[in-house]
Amino acid sequence: MTEPLLVVEGLEVEFATDRGWVQVLDGVSFTVGRGETVGLVGESGSGKTVTSLAVLGLLPAESSRITAGSIRLDGRELVGLPRRRMEALRGDELSMIFQEPMTSLDPAFRVGDQIAEVVRRHRGGSKRAAWARAVEVLSTVGIPHAERRARSYPHEFSGGMRQRVMIAMALSCEPKLVIADEPTTALDVTIQAQVLDLLRAMRDEFGTAVVFVTHDLGVVADICDRAVVMYAGQVVERAGVDALYEHPRHPYTEALLSAMPQLTARSGRLATIPGSTPPAGAMPPGCRFHPRCGHGVDACRDTAVAEHPLAEGGTSRCLRVSDLALKGSA
Amino acid sequence: MTATAIDRREALAPPEPGARARFVRRFRRQRLALAALVYLVLVVLATVLAPLLATHDPLAQNLGSVLQQPGGGHVLGTDDLGRDVFSRALYAGRVSLVAAAQAVGVAVVLGVIPGLVAGYAGRKVDAVIMRLTDALMSFPPLILAIAFVGVLGPSLTNAMFVIGVIFAPRFVRLVRGTVLSIREETFVEASRSIGTPTPRVIVRHVLPNALSPLIVQVSLTAAMAMLAEASLSFLGLGVQPPDASWGSMIERGFRYTATAPWLTVFPGLLIALTVLAFNVLGDGLRDSLGREIRRGS
Amino acid sequence: MLRYTVRRVLMMVPLLVLVSLGVFALVLMIPGDPAITIAGENATEAQIDATRERLGLNDPVLVQYAAWAGHALTGDLGSSLFSNESVTGAIAGRFPVTLALTLAAMLIALLIAVPAGVVAALRRGRWQDRGATLFASVGISLPNFWVGILLIMAFALAFPIFPAVGYTPISEGVGAWARGLVLPGITLGTAVAAEITRQLRGSLTDTLQQDFIRTARANGLSARAVVLRHGLKNAAVPVVTVIGFQVGFLLGGSVIVERVFGLPGLGDLAIRAVLQRDIPMIQGIVVVAALIVMLVNLAVDLSYGWLNPKVRQA
Repeated sequence: MTEPLLVVEGLEVEFATDRGWVQVLDGVSFTVGRGETVGLVGESGSGKTVTSLAVLGLLPAESSRITAGSIRLDGRELVGLPRRRMEALRGDELSMIFQEPMTSLDPAFRVGDQIAEVVRRHRGGSKRAAWARAVEVLSTVGIPHAERRARSYPHEFSGGMRQRVMIAMALSCEPKLVIADEPTTALDVTIQAQVLDLLRAMRDEFGTAVVFVTHDLGVVADICDRAVVMYAGQVVERAGVDALYEHPRHPYTEALLSAMPQLTARSGRLATIPGSTPPAGAMPPGCRFHPRCGHGVDACRDTAVAEHPLAEGGTSRCLRVSDLALKGSA
Repeated sequence: MTATAIDRREALAPPEPGARARFVRRFRRQRLALAALVYLVLVVLATVLAPLLATHDPLAQNLGSVLQQPGGGHVLGTDDLGRDVFSRALYAGRVSLVAAAQAVGVAVVLGVIPGLVAGYAGRKVDAVIMRLTDALMSFPPLILAIAFVGVLGPSLTNAMFVIGVIFAPRFVRLVRGTVLSIREETFVEASRSIGTPTPRVIVRHVLPNALSPLIVQVSLTAAMAMLAEASLSFLGLGVQPPDASWGSMIERGFRYTATAPWLTVFPGLLIALTVLAFNVLGDGLRDSLGREIRRGS
Repeated sequence: MLRYTVRRVLMMVPLLVLVSLGVFALVLMIPGDPAITIAGENATEAQIDATRERLGLNDPVLVQYAAWAGHALTGDLGSSLFSNESVTGAIAGRFPVTLALTLAAMLIALLIAVPAGVVAALRRGRWQDRGATLFASVGISLPNFWVGILLIMAFALAFPIFPAVGYTPISEGVGAWARGLVLPGITLGTAVAAEITRQLRGSLTDTLQQDFIRTARANGLSARAVVLRHGLKNAAVPVVTVIGFQVGFLLGGSVIVERVFGLPGLGDLAIRAVLQRDIPMIQGIVVVAALIVMLVNLAVDLSYGWLNPKVRQA
């Protein structure tokens, strides 16, 4: 069997702070197959965005470093790749869609020009051909009158339309992998559904693998095949989406599920997980989740927990994985 | 738990001394700004003590020893009339500093009052004052200064008054901005609602809040005023002989560029260092205040 | 865009009126009787009366202003009290020199400031940044006449590479013309370069932290393209504003630099006028200078429309 499209193995990342280098990712591993959609789930501070920036080689060079691990795309090692080679891959073989559609497009250029610039960067060709390609992808992502709208500036689009433009830009060179970082969080609920539909349609049309970075397990249920749950810089659970919902195998996943607003009843109080993610550099000893965990035992306090492989596939980073029966959401 | 307790204690403490201590602590860390301050104090002291420090009478001509190189009996050499450059520079520094102070004083007085009025009076008065300020700012400063001096006649007092007028809009804008933002603050609303008269509101709330940015602006304006004075004196439109400022010393030395470069190099160096010190001090003060202002808003 | 332009041009009218009032008021500010001042200390009573009549000083102030402003609108700024030369003609004759000097200074300033500002923003906190910041602080603190004199000492006297004084018209050879502008251009441009460096460093640093810069990088654009296309265009608005401000400074500075290098420009004309108290000439120069500054501000505002598409609708 050939290797999956994306393999992240034992990734460790450190950030520079006033108190020296502090570890923010600790042994993160996961894979994404061709055409597969994988959810990368966690609260803010869990390390999900750092992981995606690391995959794209976009971590700030001066204030961060990858100290261990491997990131392979299509069998090619990305860690330590020279800057120019990495630049050539970005936008061509892998790309990213960001959270803030209002600020993620350059306000000073027409959207058609911004997409055409990416096309010419990777495909070469004439300006006219690149522009035609820009119009084509804009119409593919459902921008009406794409020919005319390509001449518009970002501020002339609504938030949802801007996110479509972002998606068009990311897909303009038909990458094998797209990382979507909370692409719907900043949008209205109805627009969210439209954008998710679009992402699903694009995945099916181009066969693109998608890493969906989110804190919202509802969205993961909607669109993903598998989920990778992160907490405090570590992967705590890995599972197929159905298994994850019915039988979460880590207390943190259970807590996330119970904090999830019910899709049917969006009103009412949101349950929240008490406490907050520990800051990098001040990780509790033992299991990192134990201060907030409802199932903790004494052993959780001082034993660092490894990832336990599960019989049904997937892993869980919980000491009590074999004796806990956790509540799913279905 | 302890963290919240500390937060609460900090919140209960009166903000003023805390802010001031933080400012002092931050400013101490700005080594360059501290050095600038020390330099400025030394220059002021040197010019005040000029009669004690001068090695010669600054006005005494000695046609027997004209254009002497630095060294020997004259630390910085002599000029074309045989006057001691070092002694002259001490007295000229007095003229330059006083002139700068005068211009800044005019700018502050002519800036703060219209600024307060613009901020407090209604829209129409505000609009008129701001239009006038815009008009004044659309003249090239030095050209305007030259024109005024041309009309009023060349003298240092005239020149510095004009320079002060030209720099006043900066203070108008600064004070008006402070008034507008302070007016919205709850504590001012409160004291207005219990009938505190406007002048007291200004003295108790507006001026203390405007003070820090004012000091920054004073330092930066002093730098510009020194350069303007030097320029006008270099053109012969500022200080009139036999008085001298650093700028007019260069004007005089300019005629001997080829034979006596020290006549231009030393006074120029003094101007450059002093202006740089005012700029560095102003920037340092702003940096020590900056985040605090943002945090407060 | 057209509506924006028209509105912006109309906004200049009240400003122009204020400026012309201010310039006109210069005459009123002459201490004592302007007629005596203008006719000269030793003038006879008859000469003073003639002067008063000629200047229209017997008319009400508003009539005087209307007459002066009416002529100014047709391009007639009166004539010199000393040479009877027309003020407009004198200014037109000197203008090319000052224009050449100002453009040379701006060109040199941009040649220094753009690379310095970009490098400082990209290498923030490192020695390149500290060097650029130091240059920015020192550059605005140097008296420009002193810089000019030092340059003459170094590059005209010690190493005679450039001429120390004088102006070669462009008609006598582009090479000689350009050579004569190098030292004056550096002298006048240093402070401007410092100011632009400081502004560019700040605004480019802010811009490079924006989300759209990350988008551009995520799509594989090279660091160069990101900084030079997306970074500079977005950082340009405050920088262009500063450049606009600097034009006023350049006009003032040209007075001094023309004096140092013996260039026959507007500044030289201004100094003569001031020393002779040639009021119409002073008024004319101030009006022209203010007009130039206003036109530059207009150009700056219109450039916002290109740099920031949002402005166009406003």
